[in-house]
Amino acid sequence: MIGDYTPDEMMTVSAARMLRNGAVCFVGIGLPSTAANLARLTHAPEAVLVYESGPIGAKPSVLPLSIGDGNLAETADTVVSTPEIFRYWLQGGRIDVGFLGAAQLDRFANINTTVVGSYAKPKVRLPGAGGAPEISSSAKEVLIVVKHSKRTLVEKLDFVTSVGFLTGGDSRERAGLTGKGPVAVITDLCILRPDAVTRELKVASIHAGVHRETIAVNTGWQIQFAEDCGETEQPRAQELEVLRDLKARTVAAHGVEGEAA
Amino acid sequence: MAEWLSLREAIAANVRDGDSLAMEGFTHLIPFAAGHEIIRQKRRGLRLIRMTPDLIYDQLIGAGCAAKLTFSWGGNPGVGSLHRFRDAVEHDWPQPLEIEERSHSDMANSYVAGASNLPFAVFRGYTGSDFLRVNSRIRNITCPFTGEVLAATPAVRPDVTVIHAQKADWKGNVLLWGILGVQKEAALAAKRVIVTVEERVERLDAPPNACVLPGWTVTAVCEVPRGATPSYADGYYERDNLFYRLWDRISRDRQTFNGWIKKHILETGDFREYLRLLSESPAVCR
Repeated sequence: MIGDYTPDEMMTVSAARMLRNGAVCFVGIGLPSTAANLARLTHAPEAVLVYESGPIGAKPSVLPLSIGDGNLAETADTVVSTPEIFRYWLQGGRIDVGFLGAAQLDRFANINTTVVGSYAKPKVRLPGAGGAPEISSSAKEVLIVVKHSKRTLVEKLDFVTSVGFLTGGDSRERAGLTGKGPVAVITDLCILRPDAVTRELKVASIHAGVHRETIAVNTGWQIQFAEDCGETEQPRAQELEVLRDLKARTVAAHGVEGEAA
Repeated sequence: MAEWLSLREAIAANVRDGDSLAMEGFTHLIPFAAGHEIIRQKRRGLRLIRMTPDLIYDQLIGAGCAAKLTFSWGGNPGVGSLHRFRDAVEHDWPQPLEIEERSHSDMANSYVAGASNLPFAVFRGYTGSDFLRVNSRIRNITCPFTGEVLAATPAVRPDVTVIHAQKADWKGNVLLWGILGVQKEAALAAKRVIVTVEERVERLDAPPNACVLPGWTVTAVCEVPRGATPSYADGYYERDNLFYRLWDRISRDRQTFNGWIKKHILETGDFREYLRLLSESPAVCR
């Protein structure tokens, strides 16, 4: 606990604030879904949440445990087939923000959710891509929310599942990717943003009570701090109240928080 | 024309050793009863296809039915890992499992290509990723009109597709609703189609734009109430989230898993008996 909220709450609130009202958001399950729904229930009531299982405009009263929960379909403006979601809505250029998580992330915000170790003989077989490769390339912007640790923010990915800025600089544009790429990575320690020129992630703001040293030792590469790096605005009472209510409703409905995987 | 059969007859007649088999249902309407029957009938060497292997393929893989898996996201939704899938990939248990890994967008597009009788799917995807390095069936293709480089992947054409739906009428016309996933495309892409349904009705009473698979596109239809459990069927029952969590414990250890499969699938006559057994056992002992 820092003050009267946890680092996880700080992360979720910070991530939620990134989603502007009215944005059409393609939501990954877990942390992204929590943040997107918190945004919808606070400052962004007009945000349109799209899930890869087909619901468009989902307004779940509790957090979904899986990407295809009934609650998503029941509260959606419409439910389309999975091919339609990926063809007309994502590839069609109708998604403003892709909201993703990651098992591993590198300094250029490339994502690995496939394997730890070699592909042929993995040390850990992770779930795989899901919708992320095409979300990260086709959404106009990408937000990534991930817990900060050396295991997650690594020097080199074992596998590039979904791309951020590839090898940095203008390599993403040169590869012909349609979306702009990641605009922010929100962790439980800080907010990272890509440098305007090199595209390397730099610490843009630090959560209250977190030391620079803590961020440095928990990052797998030599992390840099932006010149204007300041302190992240702390969660407001209303944001915390809505988040805690949402989690309490989820626990009551599912028996769990709906954040794993 | 669809033939009304028992699930046992439908699997016996249509699923053969070595077949490529798609059992679709995106969290919703996963055809678990059919998966159990395939385990019960001890099919071997199956080349499984499914966007999200989920518990249904974790069971088939652990029970030794599978030689290959084509998939795009292999986790236990909301819980964590699929332990039998991981054990097969990481340790070749109970046998080596060849994997062909794709993204959701790829799988969805490839089913559409299969249903459309096209040889391959084309879409914007995989740029900059490592997929092309590990899957030689993912290629690039240049648009003849704009010069844009796009991804091309072979159409998915299963020997057999199995899906679960809410209703079918006496002619075997099938109605499904809610989260539809890729079921319609998977069915139309396949050579043979088995559909299990919650109930057989006189008339579907479906509105004009409802998702209906005409009976003549279906090979066999079977009435299996609660046949998607522990997945769910919109309008009938909810997802058994507790079972998904318990599966983490059942599947983590090989012996526990083997014991569970033996008791709950191999030693039960059908899905009805399985459901009875499940309802009689306290949650902790499942």
